[in-house]
Amino acid sequence: MPYLRPYAWLVVIFGASQLGSLAAAASIPKVIQYIIDGPITHGQLGRLVETAGLLVLIGALEFVLIVIRRHFAGVAAHSMETDLRNDFYAHLQSLQVSFHDQWQSGQLLSRAIADIGTVRRFVGFGLIWFLQTVVTFVVVLVLMLQLDWQLALVVVLCMTPIAIFSNVFHDKYKVIARRLQDLSGDMTTTIEEMATGVRIIKAFGRMPLMQARFEDQARLLRATSLGGIKARAEVWTELNFLPNLSLVAVLLLGGLNVVQGRLTIGGLVAFMNYIFMLAWPMDAIGWVLSMSEECQTASQRLNEVLDSRPEIADRPRARALERCTGSLEFRGVGFRYPKSDQWVLRDFNLVVEPGETVGLVGRTGSGKTTLAYLVPRLYDVDEGNVFLDGVDVRDILLRSLRSHIGFAFEDPILFSASVHENLVMGRPVVSDEELKRAIDVAQAGFVWDLPWGLETRVGEQGYTLSGGQRQRLALARAVLGTPPVLVLDDPLSSVDVHTEAVIEQSLARVLEGVTGLLVVHRPSTLALADRVALIDGGTVVKVGTHAELMRSNDLYRALLSQEYDARAQEGALA
Amino acid sequence: MAAEEIDEFSPSVAGLLRRRSRVLLANLARPYRKQMALAAALILIRSAAYLSLPYLVGLGIDRGIKTGTGGNLSTLVLIVGALLAALAVNAAANYLFLRLSGRIGADILFDLRRMIFAHVQELSLSFYERYTSGRIISRLTSDIDALNELLATGLTSVITSIISVVAITAILLHLDVRLGMVALIAMPLVLALTYWFRVNSARAYRAVRHAIVLVIVHYVESLGGIRAVHSFRREPRNQEIFEDVNARYRDANIWSNRLVSTYGPAINVLGRLTTAAVLLYGGYLVVRGQLTLGVLTAFVLYLRQFFDPMQELSQFYNVFQAAGAALEKLAGVIEEEPTVPQPAAPVAMPEVRGAVAFDHVTFAYRDKAVLHDIDLEIPAGQAVALVGETGAGKTTIARLIARFYDPTAGRVTLDGVDLRAIASTDLRRAVVTVTQESFLFAGTVGDNILFGRPSATRGEMEAAARAIGAHEFIAVMPNGYETDVRRRGVRLSSGQRQLVAFARAFLADPRVLILDEATSSLDLPSERLVQHALRTLLRGRTALIIAHRLSTVEIADRVLVVDAGRIVEDGRPEDLRGGEGGYGSLHRAWVESLA
Repeated sequence: MPYLRPYAWLVVIFGASQLGSLAAAASIPKVIQYIIDGPITHGQLGRLVETAGLLVLIGALEFVLIVIRRHFAGVAAHSMETDLRNDFYAHLQSLQVSFHDQWQSGQLLSRAIADIGTVRRFVGFGLIWFLQTVVTFVVVLVLMLQLDWQLALVVVLCMTPIAIFSNVFHDKYKVIARRLQDLSGDMTTTIEEMATGVRIIKAFGRMPLMQARFEDQARLLRATSLGGIKARAEVWTELNFLPNLSLVAVLLLGGLNVVQGRLTIGGLVAFMNYIFMLAWPMDAIGWVLSMSEECQTASQRLNEVLDSRPEIADRPRARALERCTGSLEFRGVGFRYPKSDQWVLRDFNLVVEPGETVGLVGRTGSGKTTLAYLVPRLYDVDEGNVFLDGVDVRDILLRSLRSHIGFAFEDPILFSASVHENLVMGRPVVSDEELKRAIDVAQAGFVWDLPWGLETRVGEQGYTLSGGQRQRLALARAVLGTPPVLVLDDPLSSVDVHTEAVIEQSLARVLEGVTGLLVVHRPSTLALADRVALIDGGTVVKVGTHAELMRSNDLYRALLSQEYDARAQEGALA
Repeated sequence: MAAEEIDEFSPSVAGLLRRRSRVLLANLARPYRKQMALAAALILIRSAAYLSLPYLVGLGIDRGIKTGTGGNLSTLVLIVGALLAALAVNAAANYLFLRLSGRIGADILFDLRRMIFAHVQELSLSFYERYTSGRIISRLTSDIDALNELLATGLTSVITSIISVVAITAILLHLDVRLGMVALIAMPLVLALTYWFRVNSARAYRAVRHAIVLVIVHYVESLGGIRAVHSFRREPRNQEIFEDVNARYRDANIWSNRLVSTYGPAINVLGRLTTAAVLLYGGYLVVRGQLTLGVLTAFVLYLRQFFDPMQELSQFYNVFQAAGAALEKLAGVIEEEPTVPQPAAPVAMPEVRGAVAFDHVTFAYRDKAVLHDIDLEIPAGQAVALVGETGAGKTTIARLIARFYDPTAGRVTLDGVDLRAIASTDLRRAVVTVTQESFLFAGTVGDNILFGRPSATRGEMEAAARAIGAHEFIAVMPNGYETDVRRRGVRLSSGQRQLVAFARAFLADPRVLILDEATSSLDLPSERLVQHALRTLLRGRTALIIAHRLSTVEIADRVLVVDAGRIVEDGRPEDLRGGEGGYGSLHRAWVESLA
């Protein structure tokens, strides 16, 4: 609801025109009554024309007011929806990586699109209908009381069960609505997996498997929605029945009154007209009820996300790091993924001097990549500290910290934007020379040959690049502007041998002046590292130069020695 | 034609879109003809009962009260009884109709979901490269939701309203022809207004659907790469883009809302005008003694019932239009033909040996020639490595064997049979590709391995993991093979993911195995394990290996060097190694890199 506040003036206009149009609508039966009881009964044709003209006038006024009302209600609801979605997106962007790891992306997507849409529908239609219903009810009731309080009481009596029916419905539908929205979130996840994993699915011909999984979910959704349909059908029928029932009662009792001369026929007609005025609002109550249930569950689902505060955010006393020499230290670092009791890293100690490059070597899954993520605070440590220039990274403003770090991910992520934008990303100003240098370092010169050069759109919606090309672009992005700290996670895995050698030479020059943290899978990349840290069991086993470790450590040899390789090859050739 | 590629439509295109979505709708509705007929009958009963109310009220006033004034109340009571009966029928029919139409809607929705999902899965990779996953997701979610809203809520109102309008017209004319004609004066205006609204709101809703796709696409892509977003501080720019597409969505919505909020009240005001005209003329007739007051009353009440549903219709017209626009997009997807279609009469392949041949194969991708006249024979059981620079066409060759694409000219055969004549199930059983992208599905580690052969036993699955060297790290995970890969904070490193992908392929046990950069994320010990396993795995199997790590290449029996879409070298690795050709220099570079 706070999202409606900026549009308060719209709501005021809306309310005023709402009241006006209702007054107009409510006065129409009265005019009709007057026409029937007055000019028609008394045969005054001149008056008839006048009063009919009045009817037209009121109709025109009503038209103008309704147009205003609906228009502003629409603007307010859609603007609110937009604001809410913008904030939701901003919130998701601010949440740490581990939040995104834990949530199924389909569940988040269905919240951002479907649930927010549901809230808007409730505000745009439901709430308006609700207000309209209440106001109509009150207005019509007053008019009825004025006309004949006994008949009005009968009508009220007929309508009271609404409260009971609504309550029963509320209890039933609450459960169903939540379940429906959760199920559709699960289904969205399957759809997303199908759309993104289609190559694997096709490679194994597992379309029937995915189809079966999807159909199970769709079938469950169908069954659950049938439950919802039943509940709605019940309440709508009941709500529809009540005003009609009161119509019958009014005809009987009102007819008797007319017979006894206590009510005019015109009065009876007006009364019935009023009851008909209630028919549509009563229908609307049915809608409003189911909408409000859906809106409540939707807000609940949204709040589950909005309530989770960003865990990786600027601390109150965090400051910017103006100059960064690039000295990096891990002191007693422990890390485990949320909700897991297994330590990925524990008692991890490592110092990287400014300008030095340290290679991280360890088995697959030993925590090398995780360690790299700790530097730009994609994850936060659970124990110990990571220091940059002697300052705990958690005491540095995030934007400042990340501006000092260039990161090349193992999985090169490109966005649907121009090459230029993919390289520059969030950096404020980048000169053309810097761009050119970064592209040269990463051997990404192919970008000049793309159809529109640096302005060529790449990413999912753009020009298709090969894995090696994407990786080189990602590398260029990391080294752009020569940040004082470079974190490179196996950045050349998809690059062919020739290119790799060239990139390594130029990368070596870049790394001369900056601090480097290098996740290494291959002996070839080790040439870039001044020292190597061997990681095993989540901690540093040994630090030294490549040659030292080759001499002294069995595990290291097993991981990186080409002798093992050579022997294996001989086996193959034999 | 995929409708989203066009922003504004010419009338002929709009006509085409409407036509094909009508065809889709008709196809969807066909299985439910009987239920729909029943629903129509129910709605007729319901409407008849409902519409008889004003008539009975008029009767009550004219007869019941008149005779009542004479002291005889039986007529009034009788009419009230009839009203009660009509009400009961109305309520019962209403309830049954809502249940039935709801069920039909849910069934149609289920069919549609199933159909689109199956169809999209059948489409070729070239479709996915063009269409993007975000679009596919929005087709299967927000577009189907739009239809859901129509089926769940709007359709009932639309049908009811149409029936009321038609029936009331008939009743009015029946009650009094002269007055009925007066009541219908507004009809041409109503029709003109409706036409204007229909044309404009169709455009508005296309804009709405188009905008929501942009929102979803940006959302999916940017949050999917949240790591890169955070470390390169792209949040503000992302927010900017998001707010921009979101604002476009809002503006499109406001546009369509403006149309609705003009149309509805306009219908309403026409109703008021008609009421005034009817009262004027009817009053005149009553005064002249040519009409009873009861009939005039019924007329006024009917006019309410006549214009109210039209108003209501306009409320739901946006639901209707949204669904129409969504249907157009869905019809567009349905119309996409797989570019690698299933053979109508597949050649039976009970036993595949695994001999692969390229017979003068040329392949062009987006009008750019990628492969030129490739002629190649791979005997069953041979392991062939493809070597060459990025973009030389290695992956294309692999994808042609897996029939992700069909050649532009020439043919690719398996055991001498053109791939285009082999049923997809047979082909997929025989040919399996492991790529660099080791996508894991939600579920347990075990599920992900079983993906290779869902019918395998647990023992076989574990054996596959052991053979590939994945068992060790899986065994120490919190729940072993039952560990959920996406939740509870368990994350696999890319090397581990690749090992799972290998185990998956191992379990699939294909005759032809394609490895496209499948070992690039493995470290040396893992790669050694995989290579060791491969030697066992490849025995007696045909294999195509793409790798820039020559350590993987060297387990092949034969090396092909590909350059600019042609095979330029072909021979045993040990023969090519020392040569002056491309492979020789590659090998020397590799040996140097090891030092």
